[in-house]
Amino acid sequence: MALNQLWFLIVGFLFIGYFVLDGFDFGVGMALPFLGKDDTDRRVLINTIGPVWDLNETWVVVAGASLFASFPEWYASLFSGFYLALLLLLAALIARGVAFEYRGKGDSPRWRATFDWMIVIGSALPALLWGVAFANIVAGVPLNAQHIYTGTLFTLLNPYGLLGGLMTLSVFFLHGLFFIVLKTEGEIKDRARQLAKKVGYVATVIAASFLLWTLFAHLSLLGAVLTIVAALALVAAQAANFAKKDGVAFTLMVVTIITAVGALFAALYPNVLPSTTNPAYSLTIENASSSHYTLTVMTWVAVIMLPFVLAYQTWTYWVFRKRVSRKNIPAGSH
Amino acid sequence: MHMLAAQNLWGLDPLTLSRWQFGLTTVYHFLFVPLTIGMVFLVAIMQTAWVRTNNEKWLKLTKLFGKLFLINFAMGLVTGLVQEFQFGMNWSDYSRFVGDVFGAPLAMEGLLAFFFEATFIGLWIFGWGRLSKKVHLATIWITNLGVWLSAYFILAANAFMQHPVGFQLNEVKHRAELTDIGAVLTNIVALNQFPHTVTASIMYSGAVIVAVAAYHLKRKQYLDSMYTGLRYGLWATLIGGIGTVLSGDGLGLAMVQTQPMKMAAAEALYKTSSGYDASFSLFSWGTPDGHSEIFSVRIPYLLSFLSTHTLNGTVEGLNDLNAQYQHLYGAGDYMPIIWLTYWSFRWMIGLGVLAMLVALVGLVLTRKGRVQLPNWAWNTAIWASPLGLLAISIGWMFTEMGRQPWIVFSLMKTSAGVSPGITALDVLLSIVVFTLIYGILAVVEFKILRKAIDAGPDVLLEDQRDDADQLTVAY
Repeated sequence: MALNQLWFLIVGFLFIGYFVLDGFDFGVGMALPFLGKDDTDRRVLINTIGPVWDLNETWVVVAGASLFASFPEWYASLFSGFYLALLLLLAALIARGVAFEYRGKGDSPRWRATFDWMIVIGSALPALLWGVAFANIVAGVPLNAQHIYTGTLFTLLNPYGLLGGLMTLSVFFLHGLFFIVLKTEGEIKDRARQLAKKVGYVATVIAASFLLWTLFAHLSLLGAVLTIVAALALVAAQAANFAKKDGVAFTLMVVTIITAVGALFAALYPNVLPSTTNPAYSLTIENASSSHYTLTVMTWVAVIMLPFVLAYQTWTYWVFRKRVSRKNIPAGSH
Repeated sequence: MHMLAAQNLWGLDPLTLSRWQFGLTTVYHFLFVPLTIGMVFLVAIMQTAWVRTNNEKWLKLTKLFGKLFLINFAMGLVTGLVQEFQFGMNWSDYSRFVGDVFGAPLAMEGLLAFFFEATFIGLWIFGWGRLSKKVHLATIWITNLGVWLSAYFILAANAFMQHPVGFQLNEVKHRAELTDIGAVLTNIVALNQFPHTVTASIMYSGAVIVAVAAYHLKRKQYLDSMYTGLRYGLWATLIGGIGTVLSGDGLGLAMVQTQPMKMAAAEALYKTSSGYDASFSLFSWGTPDGHSEIFSVRIPYLLSFLSTHTLNGTVEGLNDLNAQYQHLYGAGDYMPIIWLTYWSFRWMIGLGVLAMLVALVGLVLTRKGRVQLPNWAWNTAIWASPLGLLAISIGWMFTEMGRQPWIVFSLMKTSAGVSPGITALDVLLSIVVFTLIYGILAVVEFKILRKAIDAGPDVLLEDQRDDADQLTVAY
């Protein structure tokens, strides 16, 4: 395997890791107004992801930096092209991040309600935008001969892009609900399970339509296999939720996200950002990649560090494995 | 070269706006970073002292300053995300040109340092009571390692912009390509910039500890833990300050060697001078361009000594350097904005020295357990705390503005790095959004810090005595 192929896989791996992990953070944030009947409930929900949300978010920082190092042209064209969409994304992620940290540092209901809404919007907006962005990456965008984006924000809001956004929005919401079912106890767990049943139907329809659209636009054996596995895992996850197999439901949801995002990367390959203006202007793993030496250096770093990273992050999840419920929430602010 | 013409708005072009945006967001981001770099180390020492001595006052200090560290850390984290994205968003031609080299330290920062920081800081915050004392102590030290590694990698990336090494130009692809990662990571600028950044951060973080302790001592509360905190903070400020001076000297030598124009600009030295004439101007009234100087205080030989560590060394002047660069890189003006470099260099040094002096006087006044001081003394300790931060901010303005007109010294001008596809409206919109968000966050952040400081150290220990069922730390 050539190094630029390997780095296409590593970048894909990092984004998939990001979506699997921050995906349920987004879902938990979106669930606040649905499941949080009072402040204690909302604190239960937030504390399910309390110790891990920022390390989950770090995956996107690492994915972005790795994209920069391994495919500078891709990074440059993508980030400058999707300018306003990324501005919205950054504003949302900033709002979410500070809201987690700051909501508990004041006692007035108004203070907390303000930050709660920042968490909800700061979770839902990125969940939507990531899907819009990735759908457009796969479908291609207007790029000129210098690989410079010539569209606007509204170019990205095409039917396929929006459907992709709705897919990530609904799938991450469902992912977060399964996570809540897994990580909480008591009444809130039951409410999450019931809500997941309803969200599950919507997510399945949207995800199936979007993935089939993607598959027929970019037919490949690998794409077909990944799409089928994603669809089966999504349906099975809901069956597991009905059967109250919480761990199984969550694990199957992880499989769904891995294979669904994997199907997108399979549809993209060997392009990294196709041009709809002229296929000759497309960015590919050949013309967008770093030099052989840089990729070699980065491969050593990634090969040595990633197993280590996975090991200590797994340990973190093990340390914080206990379920959270109302009786765990101390009174007052901290 | 670009297909798309720059799209202006009210006379503002994307380049000017992008420069302002980068300046604003970076200065804002770096208001939080020094406290992270310095405080994580100072808190790790506090916690070590507690584990070693079992003296509860060290636990109180660990908890209080750990809390301030975390409130601050959240701001550094979210504003740091903007930093990484805007290379691609606003400076895509720069990213295309240097990505092969510059991307590597950024990705290493992510893989080696950010994951470390984010994971172990979570374990530290939420691990009280869940991890054994020693393992929990290890998590703050590993967080420290992650924070400092991250600082090193980003400084190595910045050092490439100041003094590009370890690369060759690929004429076909119009880009710099990495040829020696070891050279990039041991760039003489990075090797000198790192200790300067870390020690200055410790100096400033020490002053923050002093300010918090002074706030309580002025109110005659928490005397035991806060007196210890005060002395600890004063020593940290002084020692950090001494380290800053020593490492600054090394950085100055590296700067003369790699970017002589920046040193000449720091001194507004137009004519190449040697020995007695290579004087350091402490203060000048009039314009510092040397043509209409009305009054100035100069120390003979000092500039020669700072630049070469000899008394009769020669320091190149702006005019000669500009002529050299025109010969090397073509017609143009290669001088940065001289008044800005001249004054920022002085303010950086002056404010840093002032912070050290305050600490030195504080150490003398509060020796042998003295806490009966007049209010003005406590107020001075409180209001002196931002001095180090101001010095750091201004120092970075000097470093970055002194590199102009280059974005990568000798390879690419700032004007060539901006994204060709973005419009002035795009950038203006993002400046407005970030300014609004950052402005609101600054107010909220200040309120929360103030509240945490007000609450004092004792309340934080109650967390530990909670019902066993309850989370010791919860959002």
